[in-house]
Amino acid sequence: MNRNYIVSFLAILVLALIAYLGVEALGLDVLFGIILPYLALIVFAAGFVYRILDWARSPVPFRIPSTCGQQKSLPWIKSSKIENPSGKLGVVIRMALEIFCFRSLFRNSKARVSDGGKLSYEMEKWLWLGAIAFHYSFLVVLIRHLRFFTEPVPFWVRIVESLDGFLQIGLPGVLLSGVLLLAAVFYLFLRRLFIPQLKYISLGSDFFPLFLIMGIATTGLLMRYFTKVDVTAAKALAMGLVTFRPTVPAGIDGIFYVHLFFVCVLLAYFPFSKLMHLGGIFLSPTRNVTGNSREVYHVNPWNYPVKVHTYPEYEEEFRDKMIEAGLPVEKE
Amino acid sequence: MSDLPQSDELFARIDHRPSGPDWMDTPANIRKGMYCYAANPKSVKALGLPHAREWNPLDDDWKLPENWQEIIHQGFKERLERFRSFKVFMDICVRCGACADKCHFFLGGGDPKNMPVLRAELLRSVYRNDFTAAGKIFGKLAGARPLTADVLKEWWYYFFQCTECRRCSVFCPYGIDTAEITIMGRELLNLLGLNIDWIATPVANCYRTGNHLGIQPHAFKDMLEFFVDDIEEITGVRMNPSFNRKGAEILFVTPSGDVFADPGTYTCMGYMMLFHYLQDLGLDITWSTYASEGGNFGFFTSHETMKRLNAKMYAEAKRLGVKWILGGECGHMWRVITQYMATMNGPAEFLDAPVSPITGTRFENAKSTKMVHITEFLADLIKHDKLNLDPSRNDNLVVTYHDSCNPARGMGLLEEPRYVIRNVCNHFYEMPSNTIREKTFCCGSGAGLNAGEDMELRMVGGLPRANAVKHVHEKYGVNMLACICAIDRAVFPALMDYWVPEVGVTGVSELVANALILPGEKARTTNLRGEPLPGMEEEDAE
Repeated sequence: MNRNYIVSFLAILVLALIAYLGVEALGLDVLFGIILPYLALIVFAAGFVYRILDWARSPVPFRIPSTCGQQKSLPWIKSSKIENPSGKLGVVIRMALEIFCFRSLFRNSKARVSDGGKLSYEMEKWLWLGAIAFHYSFLVVLIRHLRFFTEPVPFWVRIVESLDGFLQIGLPGVLLSGVLLLAAVFYLFLRRLFIPQLKYISLGSDFFPLFLIMGIATTGLLMRYFTKVDVTAAKALAMGLVTFRPTVPAGIDGIFYVHLFFVCVLLAYFPFSKLMHLGGIFLSPTRNVTGNSREVYHVNPWNYPVKVHTYPEYEEEFRDKMIEAGLPVEKE
Repeated sequence: MSDLPQSDELFARIDHRPSGPDWMDTPANIRKGMYCYAANPKSVKALGLPHAREWNPLDDDWKLPENWQEIIHQGFKERLERFRSFKVFMDICVRCGACADKCHFFLGGGDPKNMPVLRAELLRSVYRNDFTAAGKIFGKLAGARPLTADVLKEWWYYFFQCTECRRCSVFCPYGIDTAEITIMGRELLNLLGLNIDWIATPVANCYRTGNHLGIQPHAFKDMLEFFVDDIEEITGVRMNPSFNRKGAEILFVTPSGDVFADPGTYTCMGYMMLFHYLQDLGLDITWSTYASEGGNFGFFTSHETMKRLNAKMYAEAKRLGVKWILGGECGHMWRVITQYMATMNGPAEFLDAPVSPITGTRFENAKSTKMVHITEFLADLIKHDKLNLDPSRNDNLVVTYHDSCNPARGMGLLEEPRYVIRNVCNHFYEMPSNTIREKTFCCGSGAGLNAGEDMELRMVGGLPRANAVKHVHEKYGVNMLACICAIDRAVFPALMDYWVPEVGVTGVSELVANALILPGEKARTTNLRGEPLPGMEEEDAE
């Protein structure tokens, strides 16, 4: 048993209970439906901006890109304009590939020790696939949820939703993203449980967001397919929040508030956790700078003079020996 | 050396499945063969670095200054404010584990704290405790722990088990670079005088004499003149290298290791023969005894120490009045030149954008730093057909090429050396694609870890590289490992002996010199090593 995931799991259960009992037993729907969502949003926005500014406050003294391809050198040698960008456009494309396609993760391999005294490396795309599935299904779920916050619902939200439900099975129709999100998150959790290296490095703060997102996805799926939440009432609450005329319509059950509370916790937790990789990836100096530091002078804002051993000091010590060896000297 | 297990024993020991109690509850076991000796206080003092003293990693008491925790905390804070890389890398790791089996030390040894992610967590755990709200509130659950003497020892042990090769950074979805983490970790350790001697003493030497080995100016000249005799014996042609010569067009700087020990010495002879050959074509080049070191072990100490040593290159170029600088084959030397030199010690406005005096090629990619890599220079010469080459003289060699970490991942110098090798050798084979170019494996002894007392660590760390060599050795009969790094040349012979006997080690310039037909040379019967050339085995015996 691992303390890290047990405690995280228990924390999620407690959070769920707090929201459920808070609304169902204590009638705190104003707290959970209005006050906490606003608070969470403020913490998220302020925290996110603060973290980005805080990172940006520290300068980038040196150009230290990880060069993953041929440099630009002699004109007849083909350089790798994206993996080792010497220009801004290359950097933009490199960053876009990292952010939208998880380029570096795609390189992943798995090392194997075989009996013949050999180490071998095989392709390993599961982590990349899991990560892509997780992030993109989450994005689609987010976009779909805009239908609760807009009136009329923009056409592109409808398009995303109809694409998401292209399977056209079940009633209400199964939306792929929600199911995929839960499956992907579960896969990411199982990795941490069963791959020895992952198990060894995982912290409580790795399990907590996984359980939290599992909770969000599970309550969402429950409402859509099983408890059939009152969608009109939910939308009235959401519209109230975005139009700053908050109301808590009757007829929304506890599960909805658990769902909403999980989302609030996720938002408030976000800026103070590893989830900030969302912002940090844009600022990573091994990826977002050009690899042209031999061609273009780069300034370090805090560069300061240092004590060096000068040539005159050097010659002073070795002058006689230098003269004897026939080496030229400044002072005979 | 005698404690080193047999290679098959070492291989059989590999287990990549960590188990046991929480890593935070497992203090480092500082084991013989896996660490380097503590810095000699004289060397630490030579540069005026703090807290020079005798201490022993195996002792309980490391004689730390009384306020050591405060020093580290303050040092940590300063570095977070100075380096965005450090701050971002402390915050954004999600522990996805992609880096885990990319590190040569983990692959060869299986110690879980050699997984790059955990190496970084050693620092992150203290960072969270000292600088983040989550760490302060949730403590160990959020991966935070206070800095204790045990944690400090763990830092020391594992930051001197990383060669700053950056392979993990290639695979990290956020580009987190463990080299940056290790560099910061070592800087912090140096604030407490906790360097290793294999770094501290070369640094002190380099500061005073201009090179890591402490070779004084007259001796440096003697050593090169010794090569002049050797070359004359083999080729019948006498070289005339010049030293500290004002008014030369180009200053040549290369690691001093090549002056000192085989097989680097043959690479050095290769440079001399190339320069001699080019003399008639208009090359005007000088060596320097003051800037007689390309390498920079200061880089393995702190940013400041790196700057203090590196300053000599531009200072000497300015004093001699050269137009630009040519750099020899070295790994971290080129990382420093590429990513740090101009920023630290430039702009070098007193130099010109480099132009090859033989081909007229302007090296646009180096127009700010004003320093050209010898394989860029060579590739350009060969492309313009300026070298009279007989590759068949290397026909007894079946060559593979090791991309040295820093030129590969800190520069992207991948094609130039290959182009040169293909033009001077007839038998060239690549190692498997997962082990070359940007995915190249470290020699296992970089970043100042090429001492004698940590031989087990070096054999462990060098295993993935050696294993790929073994693959091409068995498949194609490869018998020569070419590289462009002086540390490689110094450490690969031992690594090959241990894992893949019968494979030699060479610099690219040595291969060039063997193939290079010097005007007026005698019929050569041996290569630079005095071994018979292909087809000359009998002549040699006579």
